[in-house]
Amino acid sequence: MSDMTFRDALRLALAEELERDPTVMVLGEDVADPLGGSYRVTLGLSTRFGAQRIRNTPISETAIVGAGIGAALVGLRPVVEVMYMDFLELAMDQVVSQAAKARYMSGGQVRVPMVVRCQGGPGRAAAAQHSQLLEAWFAHVPGLKVVVPSTPADARGLLKSAIRDDNPVIFFESNLLYNVRGDVPQDDADTVTPLGTARLVREGTDITVVTWGAMVHDAIAAAEQAHARWGVSAEVLDLRTISPWDREAVLASFRKTGSAVVAHQAVRQGGVGAEIAATLYEEALDYADAEIARVGAAFAPTPFSPELERIVVPGVDQILDAIVTTQARRGG
Amino acid sequence: MMHPTGRDPAWVATLYERMVLIRAFEEAAARLYEKGELPGFLHSSVGQEAVAVGATALLHSTDYITSTHRGHGHVLAKGVPPRAMFAELFGRETGTNRGKGGSMHVMDVAAGVLGANGIVGGGIPIAAGAALGIQMLGGERVVVAFFGDGALNTGAFHEAVNLASVWQLPAIFVCEHNGYAESTPSSAASRVDDIAVRAAAYGLPGFAVDGNDLFAVLDAVERAISRARQGEGPTLVQCATYRWYGHYIGDPGAYRSDEEVAAWRDRDPIVRVSAWLTEHATWDAEDEAVVRERVERKIGEAIDFGRASPRPAPESALADVYAAGASNEGARS
Ligand SMILES: Cc1ncc(C[n+]2csc(CCOP(=O)(O)OP(=O)(O)O)c2C)c(N)n1
Ligand SMILES: [Mg+2]
Repeated sequence: MSDMTFRDALRLALAEELERDPTVMVLGEDVADPLGGSYRVTLGLSTRFGAQRIRNTPISETAIVGAGIGAALVGLRPVVEVMYMDFLELAMDQVVSQAAKARYMSGGQVRVPMVVRCQGGPGRAAAAQHSQLLEAWFAHVPGLKVVVPSTPADARGLLKSAIRDDNPVIFFESNLLYNVRGDVPQDDADTVTPLGTARLVREGTDITVVTWGAMVHDAIAAAEQAHARWGVSAEVLDLRTISPWDREAVLASFRKTGSAVVAHQAVRQGGVGAEIAATLYEEALDYADAEIARVGAAFAPTPFSPELERIVVPGVDQILDAIVTTQARRGG
Repeated sequence: MMHPTGRDPAWVATLYERMVLIRAFEEAAARLYEKGELPGFLHSSVGQEAVAVGATALLHSTDYITSTHRGHGHVLAKGVPPRAMFAELFGRETGTNRGKGGSMHVMDVAAGVLGANGIVGGGIPIAAGAALGIQMLGGERVVVAFFGDGALNTGAFHEAVNLASVWQLPAIFVCEHNGYAESTPSSAASRVDDIAVRAAAYGLPGFAVDGNDLFAVLDAVERAISRARQGEGPTLVQCATYRWYGHYIGDPGAYRSDEEVAAWRDRDPIVRVSAWLTEHATWDAEDEAVVRERVERKIGEAIDFGRASPRPAPESALADVYAAGASNEGARS
């Protein structure tokens, strides 16, 4: 184990996989040294692995993602960096109609082992075009995997799994987490976190909180406050992979607690929380003691003003509220 | 009587003051940002003032521009008051965008500013569209699209310039070529240096000018504007310039050498205009002091106004997600 930041853990995963597999390469805007990425995740990699494997690109998101797909089709494992999740919009055709469909449409002939790393999210007064969380868009597309780590250990473990996976993976890094520190297993370069498995963050018996990314940290704080102030025992699950998501883990927890809050920073309307809540109703209605609560951003773009942003984007208070309201509604 | 240089010194003096105002705005904003008073990101245009002022000097208030993440200069030059800009940078209700846009998104349609943009290349197709609107609605208005050298390699640039050319739209595409997109030198992103080569590929004229020379920018854009106003279609103008600071305030800029930065600082576009005024007009230290004093006062007042302005009302967080209904009126009203 060693203590490191989320950012360093991502860099470690990249370096380990670049070392292990000569077909892994990185391409994106400003990923090479001296900058090493707009958020310094790839710092040092071009110096160590060379400018052929760690490549700066023009500002051409369609070509960057498309080049990743083409290179993957003929045998590479590209890790593409798109500077902000918002900018994936410029490459939507390549992501959605090309990468996601190549295997199926070809009758299983090909694989697209490509990772698209992107970062962003709200909370920094970055305004409406640099704050969006679009995981629901990608979770809606069959053929894509969607991964959102919340801890340094998972940043490393999940990125390694994503690189080794034979499918296109959208890998989202919340900007708020880059400097978060934590223990990262470093004994074995093959320690990975399997995709599609949730992590039990905090055990509880009264209510299940399902969340991911930066919001995991808010959920932990809310669970602690709920316990301290009302004696409510909240179980917190970090979904880690949004697609495919760990239905078994979420259902098992819900069957135990009988109530749930699904919380994400992304816009609530049409969000992934709706999918999870609907699944719980479909599969485990008999276990429900109260309506399932959804926490998500208000139906508005992200405003620049920090005061307004705090109104639109949910945090600890909204999760705590949902926990308390749900508990109050319990039939018991 | 015509001035021997063919330029009216009084007019040049007003353009000079506009350049000094942009610089003072940017320097003051950077200081406030460093003190933590301004939220979000801040991209400074110091060093590029001649492009902003030269490309807008001959526009009317009814003409339009689209701008970029580095857009303070363009927007100020088009006539947006510094006080509304500072209020926006502070995130206040009295800002151009009522605190909802911030530095990268300043929009003031009344002043002809169809928006700065957080997406590289994002404004270029919109400029083509505004030019389409003008062509359809009639009149002699024009649209100037500002963008950086990095945007030259976006699909949006290619598609929009081609469209404007094939439809002969009244647009002027002004590339602010400062040599870098974040840390990437333009030579690492394109093998085409000569804008005329790019322009030829779309079937429109392209001029490359010294973007630190106000008069060079003015003359090139004057030709482009007159083509656009006469229905002769769009023009590409590439202005070679330099941003004195990092990509954003706080960027250490390790990818540029100190010598390179110093060499460009020696080509200060503002000093060059003041030298012209000294040589060709009755311009002395006193005139200079008057301009500086007036600009300082204006910027000081604008900052005070922004800082003292109210924060947006909480209800406004959810307002204006949609327009109210079907007004059956033009989008401007
Ligand atoms: C589509 C898109 N990709 C990437 C970015 C991130 N980004 C913001 S500014 C910038 C560099 C732009 O360079 P240039 O167009 O030359 O403008 P300059 O910053 O030099 O004024 C980049 C890559 C973005 N905002 N939008
Ligand atoms: Mg540039």
